[in-house]
Amino acid sequence: MHRISVTVNGTTREGEVEARTLLVHWLRDSLGLAGTPIGCDTSNCGACTVLMDGRSVKSCSVLAVQADGSEVTTIQGLANGEWHPVQKAFKECHALQCGYCTPGMITAAVDLLGENPDPTEEEIRHGLEGNLCRCTGYHNIVKAVELAAGEMREAAK
Amino acid sequence: MIPAAFDYVRPGSLDEAVRALHEGGEDAKVLAGGQSLMPMLRMRLATPSLLVDCSRLGELRGVRDDGDAIVIGAGTPHHEVMHDALVRAHAPLIATVTATVADPAIRHRGTFGGSLAHADPAADLPTAALVLGAQFSIVGPGGRRTVAAADFFTDFFTTALAADEILESVRIPKLGDGWSFDYQKFNRTAQAWAIVGVAAAVRRSNGSIAEARVGLTNMGAGPLRASATEAALAGAGADGIAAAAEQAAQNTSPTSDLHAQADFRQHLARVLTRRAVTNAARF
Ligand SMILES: Cc1cc2nc3c(=O)[nH]c(=O)nc-3n(C[C@H](O)[C@H](O)[C@H](O)COP(=O)(O)OP(=O)(O)OC[C@H]3O[C@@H](n4cnc5c(N)ncnc54)[C@H](O)[C@@H]3O)c2cc1C
Ligand code: FES
Ligand code: FES
Repeated sequence: MHRISVTVNGTTREGEVEARTLLVHWLRDSLGLAGTPIGCDTSNCGACTVLMDGRSVKSCSVLAVQADGSEVTTIQGLANGEWHPVQKAFKECHALQCGYCTPGMITAAVDLLGENPDPTEEEIRHGLEGNLCRCTGYHNIVKAVELAAGEMREAAK
Repeated sequence: MIPAAFDYVRPGSLDEAVRALHEGGEDAKVLAGGQSLMPMLRMRLATPSLLVDCSRLGELRGVRDDGDAIVIGAGTPHHEVMHDALVRAHAPLIATVTATVADPAIRHRGTFGGSLAHADPAADLPTAALVLGAQFSIVGPGGRRTVAAADFFTDFFTTALAADEILESVRIPKLGDGWSFDYQKFNRTAQAWAIVGVAAAVRRSNGSIAEARVGLTNMGAGPLRASATEAALAGAGADGIAAAAEQAAQNTSPTSDLHAQADFRQHLARVLTRRAVTNAARF
């Protein structure tokens, strides 16, 4: 067993994990943060995307022990009193249907907008390449990211 | 799925890592970005006894200028490599190719050296390394040695690395003025691997191609040079490219799988070579 200490959604969380415990399993099963789903075994779907030290990672493809000492933000840590602009925009633009991909999609979009505050449609589609949605056809997701980008640029002025 | 149990160590230095790997025996493995290893562990295609986590070793990370070459640390994540100023200035092909690897989240953790050491026949970076004449610096219990890209990739998922050796860095000669590059990757869906990829490096002088290098992805067990095409391109003008590209699949024996039959891959190699060389030559 390995002792780990990870800042999750702003709070220091400690735990004892087996080396083989995936970060996503630790978040869901030990910390009860079930907002981050698991969609595949192949690192393809992106449903499990979280921010680790500020950058998007697929939490099914990181060992919990590797997150030791880092900061992790899940979908449940994005709202700060009120919803994150990307969360609001997903609601506004009807960017989800079943919602399974949504936590990962929103987290990946937050990372994308952190790096590129004014992305083109093409850049949004490429930036979300690692996140698969089986329902929406992506169109409203792209619109939501465009809307959120505008709101966030406005707020930063 | 949950991976089979294994031990885990996170050494504080490269020397310690080599020792841990050596003492761990045949079934000990380096863990770098984990972006190839984790899916294999989860599907239980790999069941190592020990993972030696090298993902935090500062010694393996970063890009430096080394006079007539740049040196890329094996542990530098794809995302850092593709945005690195030295890479963009002196080995822009590496930046172009890295941008086609997987997706942003995977590029945040997956590493340059991990991709080379994994040696997937469909991986993009081995082809770029071969075309650029990269030299691989390897550390083991006996010390350091250097292996040329042409000798590093020995078979499907197999390299010159022994079980207790670590890829430390990769030296990429600066090709200098007059060279330009392109990478053509054919795949069908987002974040998919190359069905075939072609990297071209071209040096023009006086309105024709003075020298060309062409590398093929997924046309055999490892990356290949299209030597007949390269020879035919020497001295060629814009009108010589198509004929030279017709020879791109010579001496290749690509696999047939659910993505493509071997003869379709050979067709793709010819078409993509024409496109890559045309784009790189900028006539
Ligand atoms: C969905 C998905 C899509 C992908 N698409 C592409 C693609 O289009 N093109 C592409 O090229 N790649 C693709 N990849 C693979 C990606 O590039 C990985 O980052 C890379 O193959 C492995 O790098 P890593 O650092 O994650 O290595 P790891 O997964 O940590 O290790 C991989 C292997 O290399 C060994 N290893 C790693 N580093 C070293 C070292 N320094 N010395 C010795 N051995 C070492 C490990 O022991 C292991 O056997 C994809 C991966 C996924 C999950
Ligand atoms: S669960 Fe599919 S990428 Fe992590
Ligand atoms: S909303 Fe159902 S998978 Fe995206």
